[in-house]
Amino acid sequence: MNKITYREALNQAMCEEMERDANVFLMGEEVAEYNGAYKVSQGMLDKFGPKRVIDTPITELGFAGLGVGAAMAGLRPIIEFMTWNFAILAMDQIVNAAAKMLYMSGGMYKVPVVFRGAGGSAARVAAQHSQALENWMANVPGLKVVMPSNPADAKGLLKAAIRDDDPVVFIENEINYGDVGEVPAEEYIIPLGKADIKRPGRDVTLVAHSRMTGFALAAAEELAKQGIDAEVIDPRTIRPLDEKTILQSVAKTNRCVVVEEGWRFAGIGAEISARIMEKGFDDLDAPVLRVTGKDVPMAYAANLEALTLPSVAEIVEAARVATGRA
Amino acid sequence: MATKEENASGTPALVFEGREHSLESLHEMHDMMLFIRRFEEKAGQMYGLKKIGGFCHLCNGQEAVCVGMQHAARPEDYMLTSYRDHGHVLARGSDPTAVMAELLGRAGGIVKGKGGSMHMFDAERNFVGGNGIVGEQVPIGLGLGFSSWYRDDGRVTLCIMGDGGINQGGVYESFNMAALWKLPVVFLIENNQYAMGTSLDRASAETHLFKRGISFKIPGMQIDGMDVLAVEKHMSEAIEHARSGQGPILVEAITYRYRGHSMSDPATYRTREEVDEWRTGRDPIARLENQMIEAGLASEDEFKQKDREIKKRVTAIAKEAEAQPEPDPAEMWTDVYANPIEDAYPYPGKVG
Repeated sequence: MNKITYREALNQAMCEEMERDANVFLMGEEVAEYNGAYKVSQGMLDKFGPKRVIDTPITELGFAGLGVGAAMAGLRPIIEFMTWNFAILAMDQIVNAAAKMLYMSGGMYKVPVVFRGAGGSAARVAAQHSQALENWMANVPGLKVVMPSNPADAKGLLKAAIRDDDPVVFIENEINYGDVGEVPAEEYIIPLGKADIKRPGRDVTLVAHSRMTGFALAAAEELAKQGIDAEVIDPRTIRPLDEKTILQSVAKTNRCVVVEEGWRFAGIGAEISARIMEKGFDDLDAPVLRVTGKDVPMAYAANLEALTLPSVAEIVEAARVATGRA
Repeated sequence: MATKEENASGTPALVFEGREHSLESLHEMHDMMLFIRRFEEKAGQMYGLKKIGGFCHLCNGQEAVCVGMQHAARPEDYMLTSYRDHGHVLARGSDPTAVMAELLGRAGGIVKGKGGSMHMFDAERNFVGGNGIVGEQVPIGLGLGFSSWYRDDGRVTLCIMGDGGINQGGVYESFNMAALWKLPVVFLIENNQYAMGTSLDRASAETHLFKRGISFKIPGMQIDGMDVLAVEKHMSEAIEHARSGQGPILVEAITYRYRGHSMSDPATYRTREEVDEWRTGRDPIARLENQMIEAGLASEDEFKQKDREIKKRVTAIAKEAEAQPEPDPAEMWTDVYANPIEDAYPYPGKVG
């Protein structure tokens, strides 16, 4: 095992795949000479040269479409959005082109592109730069949506995403970029569509992805002090969803709290709790509860920002309610 | 001006602005334009009979652009366009029965009945759609051009848009990157002068669309899109420019669609006189026929006979396509993912 940061894990994944396959290239704003706005692509220009690590103008729709076309021609582009907030400008290419091309072309044109970048809230950057939009893209057939919560997952999942023949929406988290974690020294791949039990427990299931996995683990520590043994499940891939791991956990704990940073209405938590109702109704001893971001745009002020996001305390409280301890 | 000449081997040919066209090539161009015209008329009829559904955009009048560009291109070159795509895919050499079957939503459609009129694709012939969102194909074409630059494979991308598409933002993003990196892309604007019902001067501050690349240092030219020989000549020059590594080039072909924007458009926004002026005065098929007759390379009777044959052929194609079954219901579930993940929800191939 090596101890590296989340950003280094992503960097290693890209470098290893670019060394393995000459069709893989990285393109985006500031990825080359600046070494990445968040330093995820540090050193890659030196290693692979300007033909494979390419700075773009600020032109999200254009370079997202370039990625789609290059993928249709058989290359394997990694298209970096500095953040997913800016990918909103590219939504036509992601949703209307990348996602549907294989189907519309009757199976003729695969689109093996990875769209990646930071999603979710950053710190003190207000409404337009702090939002979780994974539910938008998780709704679209043809896309796969992946959100790693730690360095080991980040590396293994990104390698899988690059090798995948479908368009993959790979959403990282800016706050997590500096997190340090243990990563296997040898090469490994984490298959898409597999959840991970981050902490086993008996009393309540906490389902949380991306940065919220860490919040759920912190909540589980607090709950343990109160005598509640929480199991934490990270879906890792949002679409398609490894619901079996979640349902198995609920069959054991009979209680569930779904945590997400995004807005509540039609969010990921809504889908997961609906699936538990549809498939695991008889296992439930209490309604599934959701802890989500508040239904408001993100404010700048530190206190309002904290209030808008889900908190460890809210997760603890929801788990207490779900287990009848509140 | 086209003149009849004989080449060194004594075979008859026609010379247009210094370019020699063999009799065989002239007939090929003529027959394909006429075939597209009759194919589109048949599609219009089938639509009227409610056998074709949804949106159906015909290209009657614009055939010279489809055919001239195809004759200038190589088979390995990429071609992609917007939703008015029947003429292009036919010119590219795709199976017309598969194209008609696609319009009819049949199992043997070129994309298995999943795309319809707007989404013709033929990977074998490097025809990359058939894209339904106006202007969306331009960044995709940029990506195809990028792949040729990346691999240095000598291919050129013919990226086609209309006078409507040219106003989309993604087009300028693409112009900029194509010029910045000198990608081998020919941006062809089919200026049929109406974006749906909006005339060019109501939509564009600069109506000389070939100038739209100036601020990206992309050279542009305006050509007569109603003259297949002019299209062939200038598209050859443009493709050569792109293939030689000089970067992108912009070609504005002035053309006209005889029909409305789609089948539901009676085109009341333009006068009958205007349509007639283009239809009878500048028709690309009649023009080539006249050039060939004047040069003594063909006769009116020959063209009449060809037309009868082509109409017969199109009727047979429509009949054959119509006789095909609808797609198997199981096709609904295929081609969603290239690498479906079996054990995760939504489960491939089933509900719930």
